[in-house]
Amino acid sequence: MPDALIYDHVRTPRGRGRPDGALHEVSSAELGAQVLRALARRSSLDTALIDDVVFGCAQPVGEQGGNIGRAAVLQAGYAQSVAGQQVHRFCASALEAVNAAAAQIMTGQSLAAIGGGVESMSRTAMGADSGAWSADPWVAYQNHFAPQGIGADLIATLEGFSRNDVDSFAVESQRRAAHAWAGGYFKGSIEPVRDVLGDILLDRDEFMRPGTTLAALADLKPSFTGLGLAGFDAIALQQYPQVEAIEHVHTGGNSSGIVDGSAAVLLGNREFGTAIGRAPRARIKAFASIGSEPTIMLTAPGPVTRKLLKRCGMSVKDIDLFEINEAFAAVVMRFMRELELDPARVNVNGGAIAMGHPLGATGAIILGTVLDELERRDLGTALITLCAGNGLGTATIIERL
Amino acid sequence: MNALKSTVSPSETLRVEVHADGIALIMLDVPGRPMNVVSPEFIDDMIAVIERVAADPGIRGAVITSAKPAFMAGADLKYIATLAGGAISSSEAFAFSQKPSVAMHRRLETCGKPFVAAINGLALGGGYELCLACHYRVIVDTPKAVVGLPEVTVGLLPGSGGTQRLPRMIGVEASLPYLLEGKAVGPAEALAAGLVDAIVPPADLIPSAKRWLLASPDAVRPWDKKGYKATGGLLNPVIATAMTMRYAAIAARTNHNYPAPIAILDCVFEGTMMPFDKALRLESKYFAKLLCDPVSRNLIRTTFLNKTEAGKLARRPPNVATLEVKKLGVLGAGMMGAGIAFVAASAGIEVVLLDREITLAEKGRHRAAELLTKDVQQGKKTQAQADVIVARIAPAVDYSGLQGCDLVVEAVFEDMAIKANATRKTEAVISAQAIVASNTSTLPISELATASCRPGQFIGLHFFSPVERMPLVEVVVGKQTSETTLANALDFVAQLKMTPIVVNDSRGFYTSRVFQTFIHEGMLLLEGGVSPALIENAAKFAGFPVGPLALLDEVTIELPWKIIQESAAALGAAFKKPAAYDVMRRMLEELKRPGKRYGQGFYDYPEGGKKRLWPGLAQAFPVAPTQPTLEAVKIRLLYIQALETVRCLEEGVLIHPADADVGALLAWGFPSWTGGPLSLIETVGVRRFVATCDELVGTAGPRFTPSDALRDKARRGLGYYAS
Repeated sequence: MPDALIYDHVRTPRGRGRPDGALHEVSSAELGAQVLRALARRSSLDTALIDDVVFGCAQPVGEQGGNIGRAAVLQAGYAQSVAGQQVHRFCASALEAVNAAAAQIMTGQSLAAIGGGVESMSRTAMGADSGAWSADPWVAYQNHFAPQGIGADLIATLEGFSRNDVDSFAVESQRRAAHAWAGGYFKGSIEPVRDVLGDILLDRDEFMRPGTTLAALADLKPSFTGLGLAGFDAIALQQYPQVEAIEHVHTGGNSSGIVDGSAAVLLGNREFGTAIGRAPRARIKAFASIGSEPTIMLTAPGPVTRKLLKRCGMSVKDIDLFEINEAFAAVVMRFMRELELDPARVNVNGGAIAMGHPLGATGAIILGTVLDELERRDLGTALITLCAGNGLGTATIIERL
Repeated sequence: MNALKSTVSPSETLRVEVHADGIALIMLDVPGRPMNVVSPEFIDDMIAVIERVAADPGIRGAVITSAKPAFMAGADLKYIATLAGGAISSSEAFAFSQKPSVAMHRRLETCGKPFVAAINGLALGGGYELCLACHYRVIVDTPKAVVGLPEVTVGLLPGSGGTQRLPRMIGVEASLPYLLEGKAVGPAEALAAGLVDAIVPPADLIPSAKRWLLASPDAVRPWDKKGYKATGGLLNPVIATAMTMRYAAIAARTNHNYPAPIAILDCVFEGTMMPFDKALRLESKYFAKLLCDPVSRNLIRTTFLNKTEAGKLARRPPNVATLEVKKLGVLGAGMMGAGIAFVAASAGIEVVLLDREITLAEKGRHRAAELLTKDVQQGKKTQAQADVIVARIAPAVDYSGLQGCDLVVEAVFEDMAIKANATRKTEAVISAQAIVASNTSTLPISELATASCRPGQFIGLHFFSPVERMPLVEVVVGKQTSETTLANALDFVAQLKMTPIVVNDSRGFYTSRVFQTFIHEGMLLLEGGVSPALIENAAKFAGFPVGPLALLDEVTIELPWKIIQESAAALGAAFKKPAAYDVMRRMLEELKRPGKRYGQGFYDYPEGGKKRLWPGLAQAFPVAPTQPTLEAVKIRLLYIQALETVRCLEEGVLIHPADADVGALLAWGFPSWTGGPLSLIETVGVRRFVATCDELVGTAGPRFTPSDALRDKARRGLGYYAS
């Protein structure tokens, strides 16, 4: 079986996902195209060598609809022969896109492919694509839909994480992210986003609040109390009747930030490396996805990690660094508790609480971030995982060569 | 008025006149009933009239109104009950909805001639659906003329186009409160919401309807016109948000016990995306599903038919002259006595409210005034009306004040000796015909009657607290209570506009006895290591208003404990410790947590905060490592009550299954989706119920042993109600 090798990756800085955010004036297709152009430029790539571009997107409607993957390919000026597609695994979309691109290579059906994703949350708001699971009354009723924030608060309640616990986690995420930026750890993979004149719109993560304190976070109001009262707390308790009441501990300060961003990973087999004259940086060792209980929604990272490690004959000890998307503080805290992980090996450069979570792009971003960190620390293996809507979870193990 | 051109010979359920101006006036007048209801005969008659209007070139349009004070109530629920809950197959139910009813309304709407609903009074359910099918709706400006679609309250949906026409007329979101909550509204709100098109004075009802018809209106509904745009479903973000939030509210409120609300929401959501006739077929499918569900049968049978029958005194011995209580005595002006005085005074009865000190008696009257203040503030009564009611209550300390009372309700302290004394003093002054009723909740009536010099005129009238909000009275027949006394006591309950059930004397009667099994089972679950949150949630998710532990905290454990001590004293060697005896003893004596009043019970009551389960429960009653499923806990809480109810019926404490079911719903909030404890057994299926109880004997204890009679019913496939 050919190896799916990682030759390069690049990401945009993340812009605040609001109309006043720096990237709001950039369309989703253009945001994705800038990342693709950067990949091509950095490897002096003959793009005709690329068989497919697989892009994740979690709100594939409006300007992000109609196959944003192919739109970005054409917008980037890639060869017309490069195919394009869009995958939707909610927040794990971009990691799934990387895995899908890798699968094409591993099965010998593609020489090279790009996996990545794009999400402009300032332009296509969360919820824009609605969907049966949350809004078809019968489907929602049968499946006990509750918004993810309710699930996050339920996790905190079940695990006994207090407001102070989750806020403390958020402070640490901010600290690590600030430290990583200060140390230039992200520099090699950030592609500034440019406007129509070619001037730089944004070259660093706009959402970050370095120096965030516990006291400042403690002032924030819980985000999901209102939804809880609207009926979703009761719906969650119907599934978790051992819980007396859900503690609403998550706020804007200890949940992932709403941002715009894009990222892409260049994958190919060995022959592709020879053809472009570049050495591979790592290989995709294995990947898996899983479904878990959809009402709590966000607890799949544990099971999908165990499933993947088992298939690979590995244990958590064989993984040098873990990267789990910081959807909510409690998600990461539960993951660490469940797998008995040393926090010093998890999200070492911070995560989405500090830097933001452009839904359909994050999987590729964090895969790139942890690859850079493996190289910086000269370590071998990392596991990347994300919880995703409707109880889904995806995980990927990468290995430096 | 136009001269009559011709009169069509009347059908059974309606009359038709064709006036010289070419307008047909259709007057609904179902014979032998105070109210027009939708029946197969009515639909046949309507179809004939519609065809006549359509075919007669001399008829320009038609006005539908009623010859009775009300326009039309909904379907005949007595008839619907015979079809509900599996009596007919789902395809039969679908055909039942589609063929005569939906087709009739659709023909009316599309026959080419305009129809106006001239709503002269209440139009509910099928009655209002008929109005919706008309091309225009005029309503009289009187408060009694309310319109609405209450089908959801009996577990059904408006199955004659109501779920489709209303959202198309006033918008999906705007229609949902009317369809999901079943709320009925008067003319002003109806007009504002678009439920009707005009409000007119009564005298102008028919003329205004005619004026509209004579102005050559369009007889094609918007959804039958070319180019009509459907909602687009989830492509419309407003609909998407509305569906998510409505679903959540429904799931949270119904706990998945009531199938109608979500079916209605889905029917509106799906149907409004479709062409109209397809949508009507979908509506009929959902209607059929609901009609075949036992919940609709349970709701119709218990909350409507049997509750109405009870209100009409179904268990009243015949051939006894009706008593009208003109003057009532109430002994004891506490919470219960004051409440009884209030409801009686509200019903126009003069009340002597007696307590041992005049200040106490006056306090009782003051409570009535307080309750009325709310009514006045909310505009339900004028201050003058309120004053008249309060003035009917005369505080007193001297028993001589009871002279002339037709009936005296004793609501003094729950103590045999005190009650006996009150009875003797009362009987010394009241007339020989007057009745003495005890409001005891637990003491045996026959024993209390031993203090009476005329036990035939002694009876139990067990009111519930708070009286003004609890519509039930448990009428307890003592060993010597006469038929006349029972009949007249029931007359009194009817006078109060409350609902009576009739039971025979027994410790705890029916309601207290079965209710106790609920709270005891809650404590046994706790003792058995079930997580307290799971116990409380299981009760709530089964449909009880509050969990058993919270309930115990409300009344304090002292109350059931006292009842147990009394039983122990009364029964001597025959006394059997109730299963939860130890939990109560430990909560009271070891843990010193009697209940809410003391700031600590099963819950903590932080000042200014929400109550939370006491964390120390985990040490006092260690939580088992493996927990039962939610369903298993619900079953224990429900089934133990159903079994005790069966015992009450078999022992003759209960006289009729309907009293068991109606009483359970009204007395302690037994979940209405079940139809009551006996209907619950029928809903589960007697055979399955018995089999589950047999399993519970092994896992939970012998108190779940089904009786022989119940086993016999299971074997023979019988239920509690003749189907």
